Amino acid sequence: MLNYISKRVLIGILTLLAASIVVFIMLEIVPGDPARLMLGMNATEDAVQALQQQMGLDQPLLTRYFSWIGGLLVGDFGKSYTYSVPVLNLITERIAVSLPLALISLFLSTIIAIPVGLFSAARRGTLADSGTMGIAQIGVAIPNFWFALLLVYVFAVTLRLVPAGGFPGWNAGLWAGFKSLILPSIALGLPQAAILARVTRSALLDVLGEDYIRTARAKGLSRRKVLYRHALRNALIPILTILGLQFAFLLAGTIIIENVFYLPGLGRLVFQAITQRDLIVVEGVVMLLVATVILVNLLVDLSYALVDPRLRGRS
Amino acid sequence: MNLLEISKLSLRIGAFEALKGVDLSVNVGEIRALVGESGSGKSMTALSIMKLLPTGARTEGQIRFDGKDLLATSEADMCRLRGNEIGMVFQEPMTALNPVKTIGEQVAEGIRLHTGATRAIAEEQTRAILDRVGLPSAKFPLSRYPHELSGGQRQRVVIAIACALKPRLLIADEPTTALDVVLQAQILELLQSLVDEERMGLLLISHDLAVVADMAHSITVLRHGEVMDNGETAQILTEQTHPYTRQLARASMHVPERSPEHPHHAANNGPLLAIRDLSRTYPGRRIGLFGRDPEFTAVDNVSFDIKPGQSTALVGRSGCGKSTLARMVLALDRPTSGQIHFAGRRIDELTQNDLRPVRQNMQVVFQDPYGSFNPRHKAERLVSEPLFLIDRELSAKEKRDRVDRALERVGIPRADKDKYSHEFSGGQRQRLAIARAIITEPKLIVADEPVSALDVSIRAQILDLFADLNDRLGIAYLFITHDLAVARAITDTVMVMSEGKIVEHGKTDEILLHPRSEAGRALVKASPDLHKALARRIGEQG
Repeated sequence: MLNYISKRVLIGILTLLAASIVVFIMLEIVPGDPARLMLGMNATEDAVQALQQQMGLDQPLLTRYFSWIGGLLVGDFGKSYTYSVPVLNLITERIAVSLPLALISLFLSTIIAIPVGLFSAARRGTLADSGTMGIAQIGVAIPNFWFALLLVYVFAVTLRLVPAGGFPGWNAGLWAGFKSLILPSIALGLPQAAILARVTRSALLDVLGEDYIRTARAKGLSRRKVLYRHALRNALIPILTILGLQFAFLLAGTIIIENVFYLPGLGRLVFQAITQRDLIVVEGVVMLLVATVILVNLLVDLSYALVDPRLRGRS
Repeated sequence: MNLLEISKLSLRIGAFEALKGVDLSVNVGEIRALVGESGSGKSMTALSIMKLLPTGARTEGQIRFDGKDLLATSEADMCRLRGNEIGMVFQEPMTALNPVKTIGEQVAEGIRLHTGATRAIAEEQTRAILDRVGLPSAKFPLSRYPHELSGGQRQRVVIAIACALKPRLLIADEPTTALDVVLQAQILELLQSLVDEERMGLLLISHDLAVVADMAHSITVLRHGEVMDNGETAQILTEQTHPYTRQLARASMHVPERSPEHPHHAANNGPLLAIRDLSRTYPGRRIGLFGRDPEFTAVDNVSFDIKPGQSTALVGRSGCGKSTLARMVLALDRPTSGQIHFAGRRIDELTQNDLRPVRQNMQVVFQDPYGSFNPRHKAERLVSEPLFLIDRELSAKEKRDRVDRALERVGIPRADKDKYSHEFSGGQRQRLAIARAIITEPKLIVADEPVSALDVSIRAQILDLFADLNDRLGIAYLFITHDLAVARAITDTVMVMSEGKIVEHGKTDEILLHPRSEAGRALVKASPDLHKALARRIGEQG
């Protein structure tokens, strides 16, 4: 097991290295000079050059790559061109919003989807099943920003239960911060729950067709007990796979929802950084996301082994 | 009153009538065999008793268990009966156990469910029953997972689950079909002794008359959902008054007619296939950064010849290395050492490209024809597949002629060329597979358990076809099988393989009558034999 993990970590590091090269080169290729963008269209050539020099942009490619990577290794993500503060500060500020948001959404998605999937699978072919899956289908189909606006209209504007948007910061108190994340989490989590519920149902139905389910029934277990004791655990692998993918998406793919709710999250940070050619910020965030995805994938793979003994290293 | 009394049981699944007025009974301590070919409704009868039929199935008639009408019993009451009073063992041990639960959990689950025993007591009972079925906890701790056991061991666990609470009725649905003959004999013996000890009633479902003749007191023969014949085993099988019973019995003992002198033998002096000191080892599993398990020798220093037109059986238990050897002969796997000569040419070192003309002369037929056909291709395309092996480019007409000829030889009407593989029956599919193998007019066909998935009557036909092709076209065979009846029916020589070695090699009749090696004796002893079983049964009854 330990062997396996150390191998995976090594592969993870190599992946990160490859990602860093790709990210760096991609951002070199895209048009747009950060210095010119910062100074505006009317800036003189001299001023632009001076700024380029100041930002180190006149250095050769390799030098800049290595100084960036060297910085990353010691936790120095560089300094934002537009905000003039260390990138790391920017990122930690934004993660304080994005990570809780992603975790709450994922939690919501899981606690809704798995019971719904079980409910539907237990009633395969009935009206309850097709009704539930019909709703899930709608959940998959509706755009989440529209759903978000609907939530704002109902719960913030009409009922005035929660704020319509903005984030007061965790300093304003745990509850105040949490309250402003409720609607965004629902807007993000419910469509994910709809996807996950469908996956859960179909994974369960696959498992329910297996021979060992018949063996369990022949033992005297009721349909319901078979579903919980034998089918669910065998259906977990596809469920975990989707959960892993959803977490990665929820962490950074939430830019539209962040915009709807005026949340200072990672998604908005990247978006702004890209439009302003604040390359060093983009690079930092992308590297962080790559690292997260690698870590989540490792955790998902390890949890596979937890679920299925056949995947454990037979040591 | 009988323990189980089924009367006029009918079953419909959609528009399909699976059972039509079946009558069947099992007494306390009785072994009742339910025999029939695939699709006859054997398993459906069993699942009707358990009330575990697929959704949409509608039953009529009566199933009385201990006087109680099961068809009128509620699902909750059925749950109390299943696993407690009625146990069931299934055909496929490899998939019958939940892969994510330990064998201990799976056996104890039923015990705890029905008796409400504490974990400790249930574990105690689990240990006892696993020990009884031949899995002592010293060697097979309860914490084992199914994937850590072999097929035969898994079937023992399934039997332990079914018998843990000493049910009064045990239903075994083809419990040994997926196992080799030696394991089959062991499992049947286990079932027999469990039934004897506890005076259980056993409903043994099987397609194999020889197995049934040995085990069962009475037989019910099923065909297309109807009972054909019913009565005491010895009487039914010796008198064979019912034409269908007679047909089944004949088919299962069928030996194809083969011309005693093969003109092809004399024609050529050298061997067609010559294997010299062939070995195949696999590196051991990696167990650390530097450590490895010892390497595993699948095939160990094997040498033999096959002459042109000669039919040779390679028999042995599962895992003895038969298939690895076959794969090397077919050049699908490379030997670790040794040589393979085919038609006077050394082939084990050839590149894939150089192997093409060799493959033209060497074809293969697999056990499961369905799995080896692309479902989206029509029969004509399936059969013509190997034609690319032929050196020169064939015209469309030549290709068509060849397909027609191959189909004709295996007895499939030309008009069926445009069908897809799922439109053929199991036997026809195996004919297609054989047509595909003979289309390049090969000199050798390697056949891996080619009839073991087929019903007895179809099996007899396919064996006839193999014999006929051998006679007419002089094709040599290497038959890989664990079924000695197949070897007896169709081969001239037999090689017995055990632990990677060929331990015995000689004339088929001699070896099957007087095996000299231990492995050969074990195989012969374990092989079900209808004649012997009947003789024994009649002798017992006086």
